[in-house]
Amino acid sequence: MEKIKFTVNGEAREMEVDPAKPLLWVLREDLKITGPKFGCGASFCGACTVHLNGNPIRSCIVPVSAATDKEITTIEGLDPNGEHPLQKAWEEMAVPQCGYCQSGQIMSAAALLAKNKAPTDDDIDKAMAGNICRCGTYPRIKQAIKNAANAG
Amino acid sequence: MIKAMRYLYGAPEKPSGFTRRRFLKVVSLGAAGFMIGCTNKPTTGPTPEQSGTPVATGTPASSPTPATGDEDALNAFVKIGTDDTVTVVIKHAEFGQGVTTGLTTIVAEELDARWDQMRWEFAPADASRYANLKFGVVQGTGGSSSIANSWNQLREAGAGAKAMLVAAAAEAWQVKPEEVGVADGKLTLKDGRSGTFGEFAASASKLTPPEKVTLKDPKDFKLIGKPLSRLDAASKSRGQATFTIDVEKPGMLMACVAHSPKFGGTVKSFDSADALAVQGVKEVVQIPSGVAVVADSFWTAQNAVRKLKVEWDNSQAEQRGTEQLFAYYRELAEKNGALAKDTGDLAKAERDAAEVVEAEYEFPYLAHATMEPLDCVVELTEDGAILSFGSQIQTVDQANVAKALGTTPDKIQIESVFGGGSFGRRANPPSDYAVEAAHIAKALKTRAPVKLIHDRTTDLRSGFYRPMSFHKVRGTVDKEGKPNSYFQRVVCQSFLKGTPFEGMIKDGVDSAMVEGAANLAYSFPNLRVEAHMAEVKVPTLWWRSVGHTHNAFVTETFFDRLCVEGGVDPVETRRKMLAEKPRHLGVLNLAVEKAGAAPEGEGKGRGVAVHESFSSFVAEVVDITMKDGKVVVDKVTCAVDCGLAVNPDIVKAQMESGIVFGLSAALAEEIDLVDGEVKQANFDSYPVARMPVAPEIEVHIVPSAEPPSGVGEPGVPPLAPALANAIHRATGKWITKLPLKKEGLV
Repeated sequence: MEKIKFTVNGEAREMEVDPAKPLLWVLREDLKITGPKFGCGASFCGACTVHLNGNPIRSCIVPVSAATDKEITTIEGLDPNGEHPLQKAWEEMAVPQCGYCQSGQIMSAAALLAKNKAPTDDDIDKAMAGNICRCGTYPRIKQAIKNAANAG
Repeated sequence: MIKAMRYLYGAPEKPSGFTRRRFLKVVSLGAAGFMIGCTNKPTTGPTPEQSGTPVATGTPASSPTPATGDEDALNAFVKIGTDDTVTVVIKHAEFGQGVTTGLTTIVAEELDARWDQMRWEFAPADASRYANLKFGVVQGTGGSSSIANSWNQLREAGAGAKAMLVAAAAEAWQVKPEEVGVADGKLTLKDGRSGTFGEFAASASKLTPPEKVTLKDPKDFKLIGKPLSRLDAASKSRGQATFTIDVEKPGMLMACVAHSPKFGGTVKSFDSADALAVQGVKEVVQIPSGVAVVADSFWTAQNAVRKLKVEWDNSQAEQRGTEQLFAYYRELAEKNGALAKDTGDLAKAERDAAEVVEAEYEFPYLAHATMEPLDCVVELTEDGAILSFGSQIQTVDQANVAKALGTTPDKIQIESVFGGGSFGRRANPPSDYAVEAAHIAKALKTRAPVKLIHDRTTDLRSGFYRPMSFHKVRGTVDKEGKPNSYFQRVVCQSFLKGTPFEGMIKDGVDSAMVEGAANLAYSFPNLRVEAHMAEVKVPTLWWRSVGHTHNAFVTETFFDRLCVEGGVDPVETRRKMLAEKPRHLGVLNLAVEKAGAAPEGEGKGRGVAVHESFSSFVAEVVDITMKDGKVVVDKVTCAVDCGLAVNPDIVKAQMESGIVFGLSAALAEEIDLVDGEVKQANFDSYPVARMPVAPEIEVHIVPSAEPPSGVGEPGVPPLAPALANAIHRATGKWITKLPLKKEGLV
């Protein structure tokens, strides 16, 4: 066990935890932040995507120790009212079906838009290729990202 | 019996053909478990009129905006709050298909409610009130039947609740009920008096529900047929939706399991010392399906389970690999199978033909691979248990878990939450993972709620796959080149065999194996379909669109092949041979028209397929480009006839979803075995479709006044054959094996 400090969704946290425990399970089990989901445990599906200092990471394979003194943003912290342009676009496009992967999808998309205000189809494909949606909502995700980019 | 089984998968193709409604009846056989049979006597299925008692609270946490005030139940499906909210009780599982929105819309329409006052919550497990009317007295979701079986029931529930509100208002205002108007969630009188639903909910709930209700004329629908936004879109875009994996219980422990690598293997002995030494591990218990580690964290349990040393008794387990299984299937395919369909004179047609075209098809096992790995929360009670999970077939889950715990099904409560995908996997005759979770909870020395999560490898290797199949096919064309005989011999496992649903296999034919082929829509004068039930110990299950997944591929690609042999146009010939099938023809014509001129140029190809499943009709036109020998799907144009589209946007979304799901399987999905052991372990070895392969998709809905039929599955079957037909057009190669990756095309 080790004492680890980091910031989650703007709130400073300090905790005694196994430094090898994946960030995903620290968020979900210890901090009860359940927006990030477990899908594969091996960085293949992206359901666990959160931002670490603004960069999208697969929190299922990143040990919590890697977050020391860093800022973590989850879907819950993307916008205080859940009204990030992407979230609004997601609702308007009725993107989610089962919804399980969508926190991760939105976090990957948010990281893309933060760096690229007007992404092309190709840019979107590249940024989103790490996020699986088994319901196949990809065409709507792509449109929602473009709508959010235009709205932003 | 075969017809009866259709009720399980979906609506019968021609419901009007039945003189008496046939019902599946669940009969408890004590230790033998549940048996589902068929009866001609209507059972006492729930109707809103019969269910005037208040409804137990479901799982409000799953509802994005639960009602805040006190509520009064007007019937089993409608509750109205003092805060003027209307809550619809949803008896079906929601795993993406949009039922929470669709079912709520049906009630809101007949109730003349405002859309913004509508709420919903999941029903408790109670087949006496919440049975799927297509399943008999079984609560469950499947066969794309949610809207179809609820259509009349919820219209009546909404209309009945409205009549009760009107009666209550009329009494309070001392007028005749006919004088009370209802619109936009308000009760009004011509003299200007008005009131909300909430004001009259309490007095209305004390009234006797009407015996007969008047339903709206569809031309007056205000909500049905509109693309209303999904009620679960906001919570699912904000990380707030509750799935099984998010369920919390005080003192809850996390469990992971080790299964034998071979199907049918059992525990001979195990050494748990290393697993128990992991900090945080509470107990290691043996259960019928393997060995479970229970810990204070999932990560801990997952790590510890890898440290178990289990010796398996695989003497009764499946030892064959995919190669041996296909050899066995080929051997079976050489013999005559059980007859599923035989019309005309096949032998004569083949004798008279200038040439008999033959082909053999192979399809692999497929995993559902839901994004949320299989999981279930079990909390034992005094005499039973409370299960919290995305249950898809509550009545069967109750029966199986009760048997595991040595109690009766009524002692098993189910709190339903969102399912993170299913595609059939969560409706499992043996309730594998729910039973497993119950066994773990029961085996613990210290009682605690248990959340079982299969990690991805356990999930992919747990079986219950879409069965692999082998098909021997022959066909002939007449002198004009028109197809005139079709023969298909299906070799496949029956997943109903050995389950409580076994009673629905008739004369050696499991209709799930031959659906889509035995009822081929084309007017073949000579048609024969046979089936062999292969004996393999790999557990199999329905997988989004079930037998249609392979049979639509075989029939629709072979139809093109016969047309090419005969030198006739595949689309024109489809039109001729579907002349008596207006709904097939309707979607075919609409899809072809909307797709426009076929793209021309290097590597371009277009393929078309049309198929009926679950009483809905779908045609898909697939445009591709071959680039360096690999297939790129450019565009899919889809037309669907699902009767009246309750929510056209959700219908479109389900078609898009089915198309991507079908494409995913066609491109690269495959579970294969070596020495009885599954090779695939995660999404690297079981690659599913990702955004870059998703094509542009255009969906068109055929306007219809027919009662609504399902949309969850019917988008899947036409995709793969249309794609294969496009590949033939572009390359001259006929595809007879999936996935395409095997053929080097991906």
